[in-house]
Amino acid sequence: MGMTVVEKILARASGHATVAPGDLIVANADTVVLIDPSFYPGIWREILKLDDPRKIVVVFDHRVPAPDRTVAGMHAIGRDFVARFGIDRFFDVGYDQGISHVIVAERGYALPGTVLVCSDSHTGSGGAFNCAARGVGAPDLVYAAATGQTWFELCPTIRYELHGCLRPGVVTKDLFLWLAQTFGDHSDHNIEFGGPALATLGMDARRTLSTMGTELNAEFSVFEPDDVLLNYIRERNPAPFEAQYPDADATYAERRDLDLATIEPLVALPDRIIRNAVPVSQAAGERIHQAFIGSCANGNLDDLAAAARVVAGRRVAPGVRFLVTPGSQAIYRQAVAAGYIGVLVNAGAVVTNATCGACGGGHMGVLGPNETCITASTRNYKGRMGDPSARIYMASPATVAASAIAGTITHAGEFLQQGAVT
Amino acid sequence: MIAARVWKFGDNVSTDLMLPGPALILTPEEQTRWVFQANRPGWVDEVQPGDCIVGGHRFGMGSSRPGARSLRNLGVGCVLAESIARLFFRNCVNFGLLAIECPGIAGAFEEGQTAEFSTEDWTVRNRQTGQVLLCTPVPAMLLDLMRGGGIYPVLERNGLVAPAQPGHAAGR
Repeated sequence: MGMTVVEKILARASGHATVAPGDLIVANADTVVLIDPSFYPGIWREILKLDDPRKIVVVFDHRVPAPDRTVAGMHAIGRDFVARFGIDRFFDVGYDQGISHVIVAERGYALPGTVLVCSDSHTGSGGAFNCAARGVGAPDLVYAAATGQTWFELCPTIRYELHGCLRPGVVTKDLFLWLAQTFGDHSDHNIEFGGPALATLGMDARRTLSTMGTELNAEFSVFEPDDVLLNYIRERNPAPFEAQYPDADATYAERRDLDLATIEPLVALPDRIIRNAVPVSQAAGERIHQAFIGSCANGNLDDLAAAARVVAGRRVAPGVRFLVTPGSQAIYRQAVAAGYIGVLVNAGAVVTNATCGACGGGHMGVLGPNETCITASTRNYKGRMGDPSARIYMASPATVAASAIAGTITHAGEFLQQGAVT
Repeated sequence: MIAARVWKFGDNVSTDLMLPGPALILTPEEQTRWVFQANRPGWVDEVQPGDCIVGGHRFGMGSSRPGARSLRNLGVGCVLAESIARLFFRNCVNFGLLAIECPGIAGAFEEGQTAEFSTEDWTVRNRQTGQVLLCTPVPAMLLDLMRGGGIYPVLERNGLVAPAQPGHAAGR
């Protein structure tokens, strides 16, 4: 019987000829990513032995630079750990700073056909690279670092066959919201994306989808390999790998064909994602206090470009805080070179250093009581970005940028049709 | 068989509700004060050791933050839910909190009733109504970890992590 992409990767990683949904799999972890929360006092346990320091990546991303003395102390513990075990792949505050999932992408660490774990729920991001990447808990991340192994309960897979092409102004964030609205919960299932439309989606666009698979409650969200993906990795990482293609007779829980041309800009209403999205026009007019573009899902160069196109030559509405947080300092530099940062700052956006920042409500843009925010990030849960009474709408970077200019939730088409003033 | 007083929660209870972002940098002891502050303020003072949570669908959805440990530290003996988010379930294994999926349970219990559950025959019985439901068995390897206090004791026994230090007690 044939296997899906995830099944083939996990069969290889566990030394089995075949695996099937329902199996409890003990697998080798090829890459183990520690982040600054790994070193928080409530989480960190001193690791005495590592299976292999070359498998480890350490990225400080959630709270960088340290906003207070407590976090500064945690970063110091992390640096000691890196020094003690001689870990080469370390991303501290500075030139190489960034969100772990973005760093993993930029460096090509999520090798096709491999297994990657990190104690952050959006680790599924690495699925864009045909990698079985998944968020685990802090203790089993330590277990994976110390023993080189982890476990998964294998779930059945839903296959999305993508056709057509997204229309101008529509991005994969809208496609994600449409999936959440149309098909709802994907709990206890993997997602596999493939089909002819892959060729129309760049790696940034794919990574938004794989990252947001977490918000569909999916297990692994993986892409079938193609030349775009394989070339992206080869340009960044010389390590050998074996990409995994689904078998022709793979068994899927369901196959769903999508025409990307039918997708329109959507916005999720506050507090939840699943079956909670409406066309932007239906939420239009809602007054906002903060607009945010950033996170592992939407801090990419494509996202900053989309925001810059919308705000070029305009000013953020009075009373609105427009925060933009690039996913990495490398993206920040590229956006400077492309002119996006200048456009954003001239419009009145506050562009922060690369960090998870406002997405997790930890620092750099925490919401106050009864405030309304529209965000292009990962989550809109109650209390996610600050005070529990704050209301969080979620949309694409273009919709967020348009809303920042208007001061109310607004369809970006209204600005793009008027022509960009550059 | 274990008997436990029931606290009812609905669908989509997220780990952000168990452990809000600002509490992430606190100690495990301090973190327990923040549990369900947004959706059920005061609950942390009412819950008693050995009580159980009866949840709806996708209990524990969201992030990898150790909300399971906060529930365990508050004395919650078991989470019984229609369905349990898998990352939260991992953390129940990691931190030694019994977590069991039990289809139909949300409609079978009122708050304050007593749940009698057994991991021998994987049943839950409502002591007041007598209704009996079948649970989804947890694989033996994972059940052993849940009952043995989670992953850190295993790593400690194998000399892979240092023992928990007072005041810095990730494993407690």
